[in-house]
Amino acid sequence: MLSRTADNLFWLARYVERAETSARLLQVGARIALMPSAAGYRNEWESLLHASGTASGFAKKYGEAVQRNLESWFFFDRDNSSSVASCLTAARENGRIVRTALTTQVWDALNGAFEELRQLERRPRSELDLSLLTDWTMRQAALVRGSIDTTLLRNDGWDFLNLGYYLERADNTARLMDVKYYVLLPKVEFVGSGLDNYQWTTLLRAMSAHRAFHWAYGGEVTAAKIGHFLILNPQCPRSLITCVEGMNFHLDRLSRNYHRKTLAQDKARSVLAELAEMHVDDIFEEGLHEFLSRFIVDMASVSQVVRNCYLNGDVR
Amino acid sequence: MTDYFNEMYQGGKVREPYARLQGWMQSMPAELRHMKQAEAEALFRRIGITFAVYGEGGDPDRLIPFDMFPRVFSGAEWARLERGIKQRARALNAFLVDVYGRGEIVRAGRIPARLVYLNDAYEKAVVGFVPSKGVYSHIVGIDLVRTGPEDFFVLEDNCRTPSGVSYMLENREIMMRMFPDLFRENRIEPVDSYPEILRRTLASVAPQKCDREPTVVILTPGHYNSAYYEHSFLADMMGVELVEGQDLFVEGEFVFMRTTEGPRRVDVIYRRIDDDFIDPLCFRPDSMLGVPGLMDVYRSGGVSICSAPGAGVADDKAVYTYVPEMIRFYLGEEPILKNVPTWQCGKADDLKYVLAHLADLVVKEVHGSGGYGMLVGPKATAEQVEAFRARIIADPDNYIAQPTLALSTTPTFVEEGVAPRHVDLRPYCLVGERVELVPGGLTRVALTEGSLVVNSSQGGGVKDTWVLAE
Repeated sequence: MLSRTADNLFWLARYVERAETSARLLQVGARIALMPSAAGYRNEWESLLHASGTASGFAKKYGEAVQRNLESWFFFDRDNSSSVASCLTAARENGRIVRTALTTQVWDALNGAFEELRQLERRPRSELDLSLLTDWTMRQAALVRGSIDTTLLRNDGWDFLNLGYYLERADNTARLMDVKYYVLLPKVEFVGSGLDNYQWTTLLRAMSAHRAFHWAYGGEVTAAKIGHFLILNPQCPRSLITCVEGMNFHLDRLSRNYHRKTLAQDKARSVLAELAEMHVDDIFEEGLHEFLSRFIVDMASVSQVVRNCYLNGDVR
Repeated sequence: MTDYFNEMYQGGKVREPYARLQGWMQSMPAELRHMKQAEAEALFRRIGITFAVYGEGGDPDRLIPFDMFPRVFSGAEWARLERGIKQRARALNAFLVDVYGRGEIVRAGRIPARLVYLNDAYEKAVVGFVPSKGVYSHIVGIDLVRTGPEDFFVLEDNCRTPSGVSYMLENREIMMRMFPDLFRENRIEPVDSYPEILRRTLASVAPQKCDREPTVVILTPGHYNSAYYEHSFLADMMGVELVEGQDLFVEGEFVFMRTTEGPRRVDVIYRRIDDDFIDPLCFRPDSMLGVPGLMDVYRSGGVSICSAPGAGVADDKAVYTYVPEMIRFYLGEEPILKNVPTWQCGKADDLKYVLAHLADLVVKEVHGSGGYGMLVGPKATAEQVEAFRARIIADPDNYIAQPTLALSTTPTFVEEGVAPRHVDLRPYCLVGERVELVPGGLTRVALTEGSLVVNSSQGGGVKDTWVLAE
């Protein structure tokens, strides 16, 4: 397949997943903000901006972090390249470029999301509450994902789409978890408190994994259990290890179909090997934030290697 | 008021090809019609068939208005059109091979040397080169208008990259989906083999150096181009890659595309970009759309380019006048389709006539297209006519003039119901090892009452075009 086509598919998937993450971030923020805040720790909305990596852009445009501005920023704002509107527009543009590599159903899902987005943008903001926006986004993302899974030929294009999905999701799960770091950092004594647990639960909810967590673990919600669930448990669909396993699965398929192995397989395998050997205590010992930061860098380098090995057109 | 030929009604009676549409039309009350029209629009938008009109602001993803009332030809009418179109496509290709070779037609004094060799579209870079199978123009779009039951005129030839064929195919798809009964009652020749015939045509002109199943690609200027939908649609229907200039590179004697598995050789390029842009080393050095070195590979037989660079010299509006002459000269036949009488403002006598009758004529730029830069005398104000007069006098070589033709009308759905509107026809003739034509084409309709300009950029719409099986 054309490198440019593969590149567009890869980014199409990343943008759809990123749109979903922005919606989930909004959800986390809104729920955390419902809690009475204790003096001494940072503004919860602030923490979201840090986790999403868009704090400086927001500060420049809006200044103070109040909910309404955050909603604009994460959902509608085209100046925020990670906003739902920016991502869905970019994904649809990627899709338009590679129309021939998509089925009608996938295109319909992308194009439909774009058309509805334009309608949402025309409606008065007072009619759009936050849960409507986040639910809508997740439904659109699910439609795209579902039509890919049920209608698309499972060829190399499917592998590049899924690589995009898993890389983006891994990165995003790590960032969502990192919100916790930014919220709680200054006050170690909050760890293990009721507030702490409330925040962890909110995180689970944002990942649509609240009930799944109880099925898998039961009992009390603890940081260790949640850390295990979101990082090391292959049953959790958004856990880091699930995402990295997914990447490896699709990279292996590529190397089998192309009869050639690249650096991308090596890099992804070494990340998986580390996670597979890891214990949750190791993570908290290293420091959750430190571990997540390292992981995000790892994902960036997998992404770069995939680009060099398949997507940039200089493959020999 | 001129009396226009109505393709459905003649002397108070319905003409045979339209016989079964009378009842269909009457069974459509306004409500149902509006519903169907909305449904068609939603389908077009969903499929993504939009085109961009540049420089006018507004919605960049615009739909070409689709009129549900089909335009119909009988089998016999079509048979004659088909012979005429194929004849013309053969003559145009013979002309191209000739003028880049010995130039017999010029030596024989049948066409002025100046019109050919000093033509902007005459490509010196390919003089002496004969493309694979001697074909320059692989897709010939011939614009036809009708003025009477037997009277068809060729308005212009498009030998480079005629567009619009995706509408021919999609209009049919949508009509079949919305009105299956119509297709059961009428025996309508299918057009859906077009992409397959196009692929076969392109593969049949693979270069000499290609010793295997040829790899065909479509070269597009990119997704910002107004015809991008068509490019991707054709690539999809043919099962070939849609590439941009940046996806291709030249190495040694061949052209390759950049794939996820490394370079892959390309044998036939159906390009949808102009000559000027295909190779910055040979033509415009500032072109970002092309492939450096492509022309060298082409001239050494490493790749075929469709249409071949230089094909434009045959579809020039001044050269057009001589196509009947080409048919006689190369094929030894009489032209089946008539040319519209044309005055060339570059000739002193013609210019005198044109300036004297400006208000009755249609005046066009020799290289203009899309309905831009033209004057429709009878529809223009006195000031417009005078402004155009000055432009013609300043550069007479750049203009041709034709009588205002009484374009035929077909019934068309309008706000008030059904009304006659003027139409033209563009069939797409494919030339490779064989010359082929699918039974159909793109009918464009001037939706504004009385308007004779059918171009989509000027408020024209499109219709499904039927050829009835005999």
